[in-house]
Amino acid sequence: MLYSVKELYRPETLEDALRYLAEYPDARPIAGGTDVLVSMRKKKPEDVRLVGLQNLQELRGIRRREDGVVEIGAYNTFTDLANCPIIAESVPMLRTAALAMGGPQIQNAATIGGNVCNGATSADSAPALFARDAVLVLRSAQGERRVPITEFYDGPGRVKRQSGEILVTIELPPCQADSYGDCYIKFSTRKAMDLALIGCAAACGVAKDGTIAQVGIALGVAAPTPIRAAEAEAFLKGKRLTEDMLEQVGELALATAKPRDSWRASKAYREQIIKTLARRAVRAAYEMAGGAL
Amino acid sequence: MQTIHIKINGKDWTGPVEDGETLVDMIRYRLGLTGTKRGCEVGECGACTVLIDGVPNASCMMLAALADGKSITTIEGLTNEDGSLSPIQQAFVDAAAVQCGYCTPGMILSAYALLQHNPHPTREEIKVALSGNMCRCATYEQVMEAVERASDLLAAAVVSKE
Ligand SMILES: Cc1cc2nc3c(=O)[nH]c(=O)nc-3n(C[C@H](O)[C@H](O)[C@H](O)COP(=O)(O)OP(=O)(O)OC[C@H]3O[C@@H](n4cnc5c(N)ncnc54)[C@H](O)[C@@H]3O)c2cc1C
Ligand code: FES
Ligand code: FES
Repeated sequence: MLYSVKELYRPETLEDALRYLAEYPDARPIAGGTDVLVSMRKKKPEDVRLVGLQNLQELRGIRRREDGVVEIGAYNTFTDLANCPIIAESVPMLRTAALAMGGPQIQNAATIGGNVCNGATSADSAPALFARDAVLVLRSAQGERRVPITEFYDGPGRVKRQSGEILVTIELPPCQADSYGDCYIKFSTRKAMDLALIGCAAACGVAKDGTIAQVGIALGVAAPTPIRAAEAEAFLKGKRLTEDMLEQVGELALATAKPRDSWRASKAYREQIIKTLARRAVRAAYEMAGGAL
Repeated sequence: MQTIHIKINGKDWTGPVEDGETLVDMIRYRLGLTGTKRGCEVGECGACTVLIDGVPNASCMMLAALADGKSITTIEGLTNEDGSLSPIQQAFVDAAAVQCGYCTPGMILSAYALLQHNPHPTREEIKVALSGNMCRCATYEQVMEAVERASDLLAAAVVSKE
């Protein structure tokens, strides 16, 4: 396949990449290319300019800062995430998500930055990043902008990335509670090479007395963009989890969602899955944090 | 046009590629290594699998110019110097894990990469490692057997060397 590419620019530094994007605002960043190439196939052939992010060291690495914030470079593949001890320790559900996306070949190429910027509601990284209040650090020739991920998704396949911007890092603020647990469940027909019918993440900070101090619940494919289940979260805060409450969690999560019919699954089926996954994810996160029902 | 330098099956290669050219096309048409197959061309089937710095990648999902500086292994690179088959290739023949053969190079490279870092995989681990490789002839059961045979062959080879 020969794609119509006017120029593929391969900068060595972030500075050079931003300068090029300032000069050609229509140029598209290309990371793993697993979304870019598929979308270029579907569209009418037109000459595009691509900016390869492969050599930008500024987008690499995963660090835990002294203030506890975990910084994930945008150019980390899902394999990088799955192999990273910092991720396994501080956001284990992101490791689950990484191993549940695509298949090995896709995990080896696809990046978390591309997953976010592609804007799909089915993005496997989204529920975990939403539930943990991730903050995106974007850079352009004009400077730096920090956007909570919950405000970045704009509609199906659309994000509020301004022209000339490159996503540099994704920051995860630390959980302040005594103990932490989380869980991501991807519900799909096949175990590999399939998009989520519904994805659900729950992150739970639990105090010593077993009450829920902090909680994030997020859903993918339950609406045109990934969403937070704010009502379910408000209901849980400050309480000790019980079996009876879980029923309510499912209903409240569903109240926030707007699932739709598609060839993959009916609305009614998705509603059932949303309730079930919300219950299971919250329970698992609470138990991982040491809470007992 | 861009000039890139890669290592292909252990040998250095420098040459021109189009900006919009995929790695699978470069491998097939510029290098003449037609063991790498082109199937879906959208990352779904695994027929175009090659190893990039040792890990399986879909070569249809990568622009050739972005492979600059990488070390690439195709199915041709697994064959011994004298043209004889490597243990993993032989295991696929012995287990009759080949029907039409279109998926076979990709299957073998994914299996090879698995055995490199996990010489004694469980069935579940083999399934996961090969989950990005589709076989329209449905030779999956034979492929599982082939990978298990290869694992045994490689273990025996290590023992006989010791
Ligand atoms: C066979 C197959 C299976 C898949 N399965 C899944 C799956 O199970 N789950 C899932 O979530 N996704 C899946 N995907 C979709 C895709 O692989 C992911 O969305 C992936 O994370 C995209 O990352 P990338 O690095 O390949 O992005 P690219 O394709 O390089 O880029 C995607 C978009 O983001 C922009 N971009 C990339 N990086 C940056 C940056 N740092 N700053 C600004 N903009 C940027 C690009 O311009 C483009 O618009 C699948 C794709 C394929 C082909
Ligand atoms: S041809 Fe590359 S994955 Fe199908
Ligand atoms: S043997 Fe025919 S596709 Fe696998």
